[in-house]
Amino acid sequence: MSSDHRHAPGAPDIALRVEALESLLTEKGLVDPATVDAIVRYYEEEVGPLCGARVVARAWVDPGYRARLLADASAAVAELGIDGPQGEHLVVVENTAKIHNVVVCTLCSCYPWPLLGLPPTWYKSPPYRSRVVREPRAVLSEMGLALPHDVEIRVWDSSAEVRYLVLPERPPGTASWSEERLADLVSRDAMIGTAVARPPDGRSRTA
Amino acid sequence: MNGIHDMGGLHGFGAVTVEPDEPPFHEPWEARVFGMVQSLGGGNIDAGRHSIERLDPVAYLKDGYFGRWLAALERTLRDFGILAPGELEERMRQSDRPLAPVRPRGAAAWKPAPRSYLRPLAAARAFALGQPVKTTDHQPSGHTRLPAYARRRRGAIVRLHPAMVFPDDHAHGRGENPQYLYTVGFAAAELWGDGAEPAAAVHLDLFESYLEPA
Repeated sequence: MSSDHRHAPGAPDIALRVEALESLLTEKGLVDPATVDAIVRYYEEEVGPLCGARVVARAWVDPGYRARLLADASAAVAELGIDGPQGEHLVVVENTAKIHNVVVCTLCSCYPWPLLGLPPTWYKSPPYRSRVVREPRAVLSEMGLALPHDVEIRVWDSSAEVRYLVLPERPPGTASWSEERLADLVSRDAMIGTAVARPPDGRSRTA
Repeated sequence: MNGIHDMGGLHGFGAVTVEPDEPPFHEPWEARVFGMVQSLGGGNIDAGRHSIERLDPVAYLKDGYFGRWLAALERTLRDFGILAPGELEERMRQSDRPLAPVRPRGAAAWKPAPRSYLRPLAAARAFALGQPVKTTDHQPSGHTRLPAYARRRRGAIVRLHPAMVFPDDHAHGRGENPQYLYTVGFAAAELWGDGAEPAAAVHLDLFESYLEPA
């Protein structure tokens, strides 16, 4: 690595730094690189918004499941085999025609990993964390979600170990849809609350 | 602590920038940092958060999420005497060879273990569902989960939670000292004054000692 990189902003130096740290911790017997590989693979491949979308779709088609989900979300998602760190104390909040929920963590970046995977950069960014509590309607509108003025916005600031997931409204025109097709309408952002579920004629999954 | 991490309600950070189809990690080093922290067991989550809060505030904003994780990990390893001063820098200077050990891709199976923060508490809870409450003016120099914007504000209990580990003590090795947790709803106007948006509320999860009857 040439010394030019030393002054470059960020990348090359930090990559070397992390490599050096991993090699030291491996020598000290504190880290097993194969375990680190497995953890990375788990969060890259095994968990993501599809997990949360399965939960939402089940709640849409099964009123009993929906009731259990709203009463004790951790137990209800465990029925679908979902658990893990940052999902120990889950609460699901339900959107209605008059109430829209949106989730943030102003103090750090708490997020329901087992349901949504790791959070996107914008969720962890100062603009979102600082603004969505103060001006949620403006932030949602900038992010493409213009809510009617008579809809109350509830912002959930995850200030303890409870993690929140938004249960979006089921789009009209989907009465005969299978759970699997319904899940495809549920984006990550709809479960954070910066979007709503896609209409059945909408474009396919993006975020 | 009154630090840059406590950014709810601050002005001046600009628009939210969304990257479409973003991967969980943008650089391999971010993934390694995340994986190392998880494989070390995450340690004391409250102490870990406080370690990040104590970073230099300019670095906090500049280094990004995983940069903060790296800095906090290094600090923790030094605090525990696992890394000697200068040891990491020496290793970085040491060699042109790739430093990461050779390993078979995908050797280990791994499943994350949930870790509950619920703790039994014999004492009766102080507040009831629907009860009006006011937050205290709690602003310790150490860790707390009462954001600055919610100090000395009036709200109402909207959800009762079991007792959980109290972060303000746990972060500093003073024990778990569980307290009941409450979701408290605040009208936007109570928090944001004449700049508040209409028809909005903020709900926070607050420990019992952050609250008093209103």
